[in-house]
Amino acid sequence: MTQTTEKIIYRRPEVLQERNFHFCPGCGHGIAHRILAEALEESGMAERAVGVSPVGCGVVTYFYIGIDWQEAPHGRAPAVATGIKRSRPDLLVLTYQGDGDLAAIGTGEFVHCANRGENITSIFINNGLYAMTAGQMAPTTPIGRRTSTTPKGRTIARDGYPLRVCEMLAPLDGTAYLERIALTDPKSVRQAKKGILKAFQYQMEGRGYTLIELLSPCPTHWRMKPVDAIKRIKEEVLPIFPTGVIKDVGK
Amino acid sequence: MNTDWLPPEKCLLTGNEASVEGALLGGCRFFVAYPITPQNEVIGRMSWRMEEVGGVFIQAESEVASINIMLGASCAGVRVMTSSSSPGISLMQEGISYMASMGMPCVISNVQRGGPGLGDIGPSQGDYFQATRGGGHGDYHCIVLSPYSGQEVMELTKIAFDLADQWRTPTIILGDAQIGQMMEPVIFKGVQPVDVENMPPKPWALTGAKGRPFKFHRSYLGGKGELEGHNEKLQAKYRDLLRSFPGWQEVTGPEDADILLVAYGSTARVCKGLVEEPPEGLEGKLRLFRPKSVWPYPYAALKEEAMKAKCVLTVEMCSGQMVQDVRLALEGARPVFFAGRVGQGVPTSDQIARKALDILAGRALPAGVISFRGDE
Ligand SMILES: Cc1ncc(C[n+]2csc(CCOP(=O)(O)OP(=O)(O)O)c2C)c(N)n1
Ligand code: SF4
Ligand SMILES: [Mg+2]
Repeated sequence: MTQTTEKIIYRRPEVLQERNFHFCPGCGHGIAHRILAEALEESGMAERAVGVSPVGCGVVTYFYIGIDWQEAPHGRAPAVATGIKRSRPDLLVLTYQGDGDLAAIGTGEFVHCANRGENITSIFINNGLYAMTAGQMAPTTPIGRRTSTTPKGRTIARDGYPLRVCEMLAPLDGTAYLERIALTDPKSVRQAKKGILKAFQYQMEGRGYTLIELLSPCPTHWRMKPVDAIKRIKEEVLPIFPTGVIKDVGK
Repeated sequence: MNTDWLPPEKCLLTGNEASVEGALLGGCRFFVAYPITPQNEVIGRMSWRMEEVGGVFIQAESEVASINIMLGASCAGVRVMTSSSSPGISLMQEGISYMASMGMPCVISNVQRGGPGLGDIGPSQGDYFQATRGGGHGDYHCIVLSPYSGQEVMELTKIAFDLADQWRTPTIILGDAQIGQMMEPVIFKGVQPVDVENMPPKPWALTGAKGRPFKFHRSYLGGKGELEGHNEKLQAKYRDLLRSFPGWQEVTGPEDADILLVAYGSTARVCKGLVEEPPEGLEGKLRLFRPKSVWPYPYAALKEEAMKAKCVLTVEMCSGQMVQDVRLALEGARPVFFAGRVGQGVPTSDQIARKALDILAGRALPAGVISFRGDE
């Protein structure tokens, strides 16, 4: 008699709530949420974690990831996280922020949080625009890209240059780990989780500020099919935002 | 409880320094601020005093950061304070609105200076509307206390932490440059420090979800009916607050005075001098009603006192803001006059006395709709 044995190769991490995402099909936020939940679970820190959620498509992270959460005003998550971490240094404190939230309105807060060397991890979703408010240009929007406020494409003369957050943070002595990953294929997604785990580890070792930048598709406001959005990241985004470990003080 | 850090029984302190001591006695163990005149003595003194009590001190990169760092500390359950002056308080308004919405206690000291704009570093009461009407966007209130001496800055700042926690609301100490900078004796004898190790628990604080379901504080309430339901609860809380705390005041001077002066902060100081030592022609004619809280505003107590006088003279360091609350309190039952200065100086006792004499001689017009000064 033969017996078939089932091998579980994937299961939903318990921290990830059984609740349908509100994200559009093919959205990078869903992937980012799942790997963040996995990293929280694998690090064993879920019960000692407090997250700070942004204003943007990621606003209701607290519905999906079962840890304590505080919602911050638009862009201010690193300041809110600073208040939590300094009050409770034993907690794992993270922010989840989009590129409008972090790299535009929140520029002051993330730079100074990093420069103070706060032991905080930021998960930074770079989808090249303001998705929640219907697809306006973000500081990260590539030159030539059409958005609802750059209808003829972003120009340097009118709109300036794409902002590279990791490269900008690297020279700051308060930063410990900075990595950029594109959410384009399973290997990269696994790498992203590894990056988050490393950032958590550095945070709890008190090494300073850590940030994981995830190049993420927004098929809805890019006005393309999910598969084409992934292709666009590889062809148009990676040349501007090279992936890899931008800084690792452990090395 | 460690008491090594307690201030001596009596100290000579500026109002700003007294605010630091009041905060520490009130259990504040987290302070964050950005420098601005005329409150630099607060952040300066706090930078070393907070270390002595083993709390957290952060000099933030802006007032926007300050208020949001406060939000973080508050949600973690710590008693937290910031201090600033008018332009800095303007920058905090979005954060205050969020904290009011999510029920995050904190204490904010506004050592008012002259505005609008960069204005001047001298005393002013131009932020009364901002403080008492919410200040940021949306339908909310903050508790607002209004000290008039260094002693009272210390006492009200201490109490502010209890009120903030009890009602889960941002609480503002509305001072001014003169109160902040004036040096006076402050008596600490008999003042009991809050025992920070044995404070009432905050079951809503975010501490990591160990051994309990996770929880979150959110301000985005976009689901059907969510915001309305939330705001109804918020308004019910304010109604409870107003029922149990109808406002604080101090009344001085003869009960049968003709004119009831109404003033808070530095301006009340000048008025009190006039009541105690009235100039020729005003002997026995002046009484002072001094609100110690301006939200809740002591409407009922003010009306009761005003009915004993012939009229009311409101004195402010602005073009007339609190005078609106005075008129609300009186609902037309007594004529309301106004005297004030709109920048670079506290109204002088001469100026107030002249106005009072004009009122008694029938030469002054009551506060109007176009000009609260009435006489222009
Ligand atoms: C003070 C303030 N300004 C503007 C907004 C409107 N707003 C909401 S989300 C958003 C942009 C979000 O973009 P991003 O951070 O890139 O997040 P995404 O939706 O792309 O994930 C803006 C401008 C706001 N909520 N608050
Ligand atoms: S609009 Fe874009 S970022 Fe927002 S949920 Fe949809 S795909 Fe994701
Ligand atoms: Mg975005």
